[in-house]
Amino acid sequence: MRGLRDLVGVVVRNRLAAVALVVLGLFLALAVFGDAIAPYGRNEQQVAPRLQPPTWSHPFGADEHGRDLFSRVILGAETSLRVSVVAVGIALLAGVTLGLLAGYYRGWVDDVVMRLMDMLFAFPAILLAIAILAIRGRGAGNAMIAIGIVYTPIFARVTRASVLSVREEVYVRAARSVGAGDLRIVTRHILPNVATPIIVQASISLAFAILAEAALSFLGLGTQRPEPSWGILLSDGRDYVQDAWWLTVFPGLAIFLVVLSLNVVGDALRDALDPRQRSAVESATGAAA
Amino acid sequence: MTAEEARGAGAAAGAGGEPVLAVEDLTVRFATRRGTARVVNGVSWSVAEGETLAVVGESGSGKSVSMLALLGLVPRPPATVTGTARFAGQDLIALPEEALRKVRGPGIGMVFQDPMTSLNPVLTIGRQLTEGMEVHLGLDRKAADDRAAELLDLVGIASPRERLASYPHELSGGMRQRVMLAIALSCRPRVLVADEATTALDVTIQAQIAELVAELQDELGMAVVWITHDLGVVAGIADRVAVMYAGRIVEEGPVDAVYAAPAHPYTQGLLDSLPVLGRPRASLAAIPGLPPDPAALPPGCAFHPRCPIRGDERCATEVPPLRPVGADGHRAAVFYDAVAARGGEATDAIERGAGTGGGA
Amino acid sequence: MRRYLLRRTAQAAVVLFGVSVLVFSIMHLVPGDPVRLALGTRFDQDTYDALVERAGLDQPLVVQYLDWASSALVGDLGVSFRSGETVTAVILERLPATVSLAVASIVVALVIALPLGLLSAVRPRSAVDYAATVASQAGISIPDFWLAIMAILLFAATLGWLPSGGYVPLTEDPVEWARHLVLPALTVGVVSGAVLTRFVRSSAIEALAQDYTRTARAKGLPRRVVLQRHVLRNALVPIVTVTGIQLAYLLSGVVVVEQVFAWNGLGRLALQAVQTRDYPVLQGAVLLFAAFFLVINLAVDLVYAVIDPRISRS
Repeated sequence: MRGLRDLVGVVVRNRLAAVALVVLGLFLALAVFGDAIAPYGRNEQQVAPRLQPPTWSHPFGADEHGRDLFSRVILGAETSLRVSVVAVGIALLAGVTLGLLAGYYRGWVDDVVMRLMDMLFAFPAILLAIAILAIRGRGAGNAMIAIGIVYTPIFARVTRASVLSVREEVYVRAARSVGAGDLRIVTRHILPNVATPIIVQASISLAFAILAEAALSFLGLGTQRPEPSWGILLSDGRDYVQDAWWLTVFPGLAIFLVVLSLNVVGDALRDALDPRQRSAVESATGAAA
Repeated sequence: MTAEEARGAGAAAGAGGEPVLAVEDLTVRFATRRGTARVVNGVSWSVAEGETLAVVGESGSGKSVSMLALLGLVPRPPATVTGTARFAGQDLIALPEEALRKVRGPGIGMVFQDPMTSLNPVLTIGRQLTEGMEVHLGLDRKAADDRAAELLDLVGIASPRERLASYPHELSGGMRQRVMLAIALSCRPRVLVADEATTALDVTIQAQIAELVAELQDELGMAVVWITHDLGVVAGIADRVAVMYAGRIVEEGPVDAVYAAPAHPYTQGLLDSLPVLGRPRASLAAIPGLPPDPAALPPGCAFHPRCPIRGDERCATEVPPLRPVGADGHRAAVFYDAVAARGGEATDAIERGAGTGGGA
Repeated sequence: MRRYLLRRTAQAAVVLFGVSVLVFSIMHLVPGDPVRLALGTRFDQDTYDALVERAGLDQPLVVQYLDWASSALVGDLGVSFRSGETVTAVILERLPATVSLAVASIVVALVIALPLGLLSAVRPRSAVDYAATVASQAGISIPDFWLAIMAILLFAATLGWLPSGGYVPLTEDPVEWARHLVLPALTVGVVSGAVLTRFVRSSAIEALAQDYTRTARAKGLPRRVVLQRHVLRNALVPIVTVTGIQLAYLLSGVVVVEQVFAWNGLGRLALQAVQTRDYPVLQGAVLLFAAFFLVINLAVDLVYAVIDPRISRS
């Protein structure tokens, strides 16, 4: 997979993207080892006076039950990232499969699949998720499914567009001419060559999924209490916005940082893929040459 | 009057005339990630009223960039431009943008290579013609419209009035290039710069446009700088020719002299690559290799790595200066006598060169 | 031109049909009896029977759909399970709040994005460009409802300059309407503006690099004319699309921001419908949002045709 190695190289060369990658790594570590890192348990109460402002021992302050917000933000990383990653995984599996089908077989399969995707696309993302949760009921599991469905069309579109551009390439036609089966052609020849844009899309969608998870949990439709998702922390803190600024500032900053890092990485990848995004200097000398 | 006669008349007028535009030691560099790209490296030329100068070279030779630099159309930074360009008592290189802007159009008009992309797709032909006249000639909309129709008529577009309301995509490539020409002429420029103006067109249209420019030049008495990679186009219309390679002029002189006795191996290579009547196209001799990277120019003569002759050991270490190789200012940047080095095949070149519009 | 618009309209109609089927099926995908669920503890047989009959739930599915869809076409979206009012009335009551917020936000967004995007395109790699790039990246990454909370924290809770939430109709009190509108519109506008700034910048950079821009400069036109007539005019095509998409998104109710500001718009209505299991209202709201989206996309296509003669003339 030469393409993948190029992508990693691009991210490492771009200093801002490298920093973003480190931030993402940190949050991933929090998500995996949160229980070991957090000074207090996820719902340990009265470890501090209620609504205590940030101090050295409780750097993010404490909530109305005297729970340590620092610990809760750390533990929230696990919930937020798990829901978002699974959701994007669902979208990726479903979308890529549909996109491959549509792009490879064309004809009526293409029409049916893509019109269906258009329909899903016609709904504003958050509302579609809310409607799905209205049908399936609230909870983190259904939030994953809802967010997954919402972001399926974009993966289908990206995949289909890439498949269309490679399906007539020489190596695909060569494989077909020696009688390779559809499944073999798709998995061996097409998929590896459309992987790059899909990876880029995944990093961008992950950013949106984290925002969506936070929003749904904030509305009380996603992750349920007492699980400390960042959206829940914001929702809890919202009631104390007059008295305890720290309750809304820190969880929000956590979301912001992760989403920002994902977007920066996603952009670096996309820029590297899109030759039109060359820098002004290069195009100036390109005009000169 | 045919184009050939027009050219003759222009040449006569230009022979003794004061230069309208005189470029001296022009350099253009670009700051890039890989270092400084030395795109134009000390170019000097001049053109007189009624005269046609052809600047010939491959893409990347710096010929277009040097013209754009004169008009302030390269972005600075990353570009730096030095040298002088005397025009109407001013030095264009030193001129502030606002003063230079007033030269663009009425002073120097420019026609670009690709008529498909050089016209604005969302504006009518009429608007694109009149906007310059409104700015520079102070015409009102009505007067500008009238003159726009005249200009379209002048460049040979039928029913010009109706055409003013057309959009570029509704016109053929040749028509669009005529429109570009009309735009460049609209403010009665003293110098017309045609940058690969016929390259994107098919051969018969190329000849028509070249002939049209020659006629208009005779009618309007302007100087013409014709930038092209195609020596064939140049032969029928130019008075003098300057051949550029890697940002330098490697040979210059009266067009007949240069064609008859090309002194620089690069010029010889260019002439050899022109098709000759009766010779199969497949046998076209191309110069092997590629022009050098402007960010990593070789020491010595930039053509040295591709040169079939390498007639002097200094070629590898010293940049050969332009020196006289014939009459009427025929000069070439060689250390040795290339005609002799090649053994007099020169007469062929005249016949080859005379075939206008061959090489594209 | 006519053929182009006809084709686009037909495509939109097909999508709208599909959307209506999806929306219709919301009520039938809910496990259990939606009416019983909606009534919950307030259950009584007469109300139940009346609602079932009014919603036509005793009919076969196809008949139900046709009934529902044909009524929806003439503006009858059924009756709220909760209030007994028509869904259309409920939606119309909430529409002004959402339209106020959407229009105000898109104005804020354009006021930010057009100058900022153009300026950074014209001066690439300048301080302005870097600031604009960083700000728009931040704006895209910030959760809008968190920004809303922070705005309340700063301007309402701490400084006390503006109300922290609530919607006052324009007809009731224009001054209070405006005062209540400021924070929500700024919040939503800043986030939309961040998205737009990027597009304005990238499409202006693209237009700046085009040959026709060089031609315009070679004509000796003043810089302002080059930028307005040649660069901006061509850059507008992609900008209009993205602005349209943003407007569609804003009109479908920025659910979470409306919730934070207690802004009684359509987004909040949809959310309340979910919480109270008021399925007819939810269906109506979601159908309307999808319709907004499709109609705005059509309008964008129309505007395209006006801006770009290559479309309208072929």
